[in-house]
Amino acid sequence: MKRQVPLVLCFVFGIVMILTQFSPHSVSQWVYEEVISWVLIIGPFALVLATVTLIQTHTARIRRRTEHWQYSFVVFAGLIIMVLIGIFFTPQNSVFEWLYNNVQLPMDATMFSLLAFFIASAAYRAFRARTFEASLLLITALIVMMGNVPVGDFIWNKVLFWTPWEDGVSWWRQWILDNPNLSARRGIILGVSLGVISQSIRIILGIERSYLGGGD
Amino acid sequence: MDRRFVFILVALAVIIPMLLSINLPVSVSEPTQKFYDYVEALPAGSTIMIAFDYGPSSLAELNPMAKALLKQCFDRDIRVIAITLIVDAPTLASAVIQEVATEKGAVEGEDYVFLGYRPGQVQVMLGMGTDIASVYDTDYNGTAIGEIPMMQNITNYDQIDLLVDFASSDTVESWIIYANVRYNQRIAAGVTGVIIAQMFPYLQTGQLVGLLSGILGAAEYENLVGAPAKGMQWINVESFVHLLIVGLVIIGNITYFIHRAREE
Amino acid sequence: MDFWSFIGIWVAAFLTLSIYSVLYRDNPFYRFAEHLFVGVSVGYGIVLSIYQGLVPFALKPLWETVETGAPEGFIKLIPICIGLLFFARLSPRHTWLIRYPIAILIGFGSGIAIPNVLRANIFEQTRGTIAPFAEIAAGTLSGWGIFEAVLMVVGVICTLTYFFFAVEHRGPVKWLSKVGIAFLMIGFGSAFGNTVMGRVALLIQRVDFLLNDWIASIRALF
Repeated sequence: MKRQVPLVLCFVFGIVMILTQFSPHSVSQWVYEEVISWVLIIGPFALVLATVTLIQTHTARIRRRTEHWQYSFVVFAGLIIMVLIGIFFTPQNSVFEWLYNNVQLPMDATMFSLLAFFIASAAYRAFRARTFEASLLLITALIVMMGNVPVGDFIWNKVLFWTPWEDGVSWWRQWILDNPNLSARRGIILGVSLGVISQSIRIILGIERSYLGGGD
Repeated sequence: MDRRFVFILVALAVIIPMLLSINLPVSVSEPTQKFYDYVEALPAGSTIMIAFDYGPSSLAELNPMAKALLKQCFDRDIRVIAITLIVDAPTLASAVIQEVATEKGAVEGEDYVFLGYRPGQVQVMLGMGTDIASVYDTDYNGTAIGEIPMMQNITNYDQIDLLVDFASSDTVESWIIYANVRYNQRIAAGVTGVIIAQMFPYLQTGQLVGLLSGILGAAEYENLVGAPAKGMQWINVESFVHLLIVGLVIIGNITYFIHRAREE
Repeated sequence: MDFWSFIGIWVAAFLTLSIYSVLYRDNPFYRFAEHLFVGVSVGYGIVLSIYQGLVPFALKPLWETVETGAPEGFIKLIPICIGLLFFARLSPRHTWLIRYPIAILIGFGSGIAIPNVLRANIFEQTRGTIAPFAEIAAGTLSGWGIFEAVLMVVGVICTLTYFFFAVEHRGPVKWLSKVGIAFLMIGFGSAFGNTVMGRVALLIQRVDFLLNDWIASIRALF
C-alpha cells in the first residue's frame, strides 16, 4: 500500500498519457482529456505542502530560539494578513491589491535588483582572463554587454567607423547569439532532453523512485 | 577597493543619466523585427493570447514590452486573451492590461479579456488545447466565459492566431513543447535577460516566430510601435551602467596582469 | 494623488530603502523587510491558489455535484479525494499517503513529456541543425551562410561530445571536447552579458520609482 500502489499509479498514468497521444480514437481522446482534468484538480492541493513546510520551519525557529527568531513573527504577520484579507474579500479587493502593489511588489522587485550591485562587484573582483576559456567567456560577455545598449553602437561608430560592420557591436552581439551561442545551447538542449526522456522512462517503469521519499 | 565603493558607482551610474534624460538611437534587431512583422501581418479581428508568465521580480524588463504589444494590438483591432501561469502575477498583469486598455479605449470582454491564473503549467497548456473553458470557466473577475462576447467563437488554440509568452522562467520551453508541438500553436516570446541566450535554438527552427530580448527588446518594440516609453528611457540609462561594468572588468584585469607580472 | 496612493508610495519607498540598506551591512530593517516579503508572498500565493485553483477545479464541481446530483459529477470526486490526500502531510503517521497524488502527477508529467520533448527538442533541433545543408545543396546559401551552417554543426557536435561521458576523453575525442568547451564558454559569456542587462534593468526600475514617484510625492507635499 505504501510503496507498491504509488508505483502502479505512476506507471498507469504515465503509460496512459503516452498511448493516448498516439491514438485519435474517441475513447482514447476521452481518456486523455479526463486524465488532464484529473491532474488539473489534484495539482492545486499541492499548495498544502508549501504552506505546511513554511509554517513548520518558522514555528521551529521560534520554538528553538535560533538567531533572529523574532523575525519569524513578521513572516506569520505578513502571511496571516494577506490570507485573511484575500480569503474574506477576494483577490480583486482594493485592500488586497493595495498590499500587493505597495508591499509585495516593491520588495520582490528590489530584492532581485540587489544582484545588479553584486554582479558589478563580482565583475571587478573575479572576472579575469586567466585561461583561454576564461578569456573567451570574458570577451563574449563584454561584446554582448556593449551590443545590448545603444551607447555600444554610438562608440563603435565614433571610434571604429572604418570597419565593414556598420551596425557595429550590436551586429557582433547578434551574430554571437545566432551562431556559436546557438550551437552551445542546442548541444545543451539535446543533452538535457535525452536526460529528461530517459529519466521519465525510468520513473514510469519504477526504476527511479526517489519521489517516494524515505521510509517504508 | 571596498565593494561598497563599487556599489556607490553603480548607483551613480543609474541616478545621473536618469536625471539627465539622455536619448541615443536604438536600432532594431532581427528577432524583434520578426515579432513585430508577424503581429502586423495579422488581419483586424485576429486573436492573440498573451501569457503574463512573470512576477514582480521581472516587471522592469517585461512590463514595457507587454504594454507596447498591447498598444499595437488595440491600435490594430486585434483581440487579446490574457492569462498567467505564475501565481504572483495576476494582480500585476491585470493592472498592465487595464492601464493600456484605458489609454487606448479598449473594451473589456469585446477587445480583451483577462482570464487570470490557473495552477499546473503543463496541464493548463494541454487543457486549453481541447477546450479553454475546461480550464477557465470564468475570467479573472468571475464573469462566466460563455457570457463574454469575444469568447463566443473561441474554443481552443485553433482560434488563436498567435500565443505570446512574456516569461522569466522555463515557461517558453513548456509552451513550445506542449502547445506548439502538440497543437501547432504559433508562439512568440518576450523574455528576461537571464534566459535570452537559451531561446535562440528555438528561433532558428521557427518554433518561435519572434523574440524580444529583455529591456533592449522592449525599447526596440516601443520604437517599432511608435510609442516610446519606459523601455526607451531605461535602455539609455542602462548604457552607462554597462559602460561602468565593462570599465571595472578592464581595470580589474589590468590590475591582475600587473600583479602577475610582478610576481613572475 | 489620493491619500492611500500617497501612503502606498511611502510604504513602498520605505521597504525599498530597507532592502537596499543591506548593501551597507546586515541590519534589522533589511531583516524585517526580508521576512515580511516571505510572509506576504506566500500569503498572496495561498489566496490566489485557492481562488484561482481550488475553487474552480475542486469546490465548484463539488458544489454542482451536490446541487444537481448528476452522476458524471461524481467522477470528479475521485481526483478531489486524491488531492485531499495532500493534507496527510499534517499527520506524521499518515504522511505516506501524499505519495498517491505525487505519483499521479509525476506519472502524468513523465508520460506527457516523452513524446513531446522528443519531437520539440530532439527531432526539431536536429532538423534545425541540418536544414541549412538543404539550402547549400540547392545553392541558395552564400559563402558566409555556408560558413555559419558548418560552424553550427561543428558547435553542436563538439558540445555534445563534451557531455558524452561514456567514452574516455582522449585523442580526437579530447580535441572535439575542447572545442565544445570553447563553444560553451561563448554560450555562457552570452548568458552573462544578457543577465547583466536584466539585473541592471531591475535596479533602474527601482531608482525610477524612487526618483519619479517617491521624490515627486515629497514635492507634492509643498
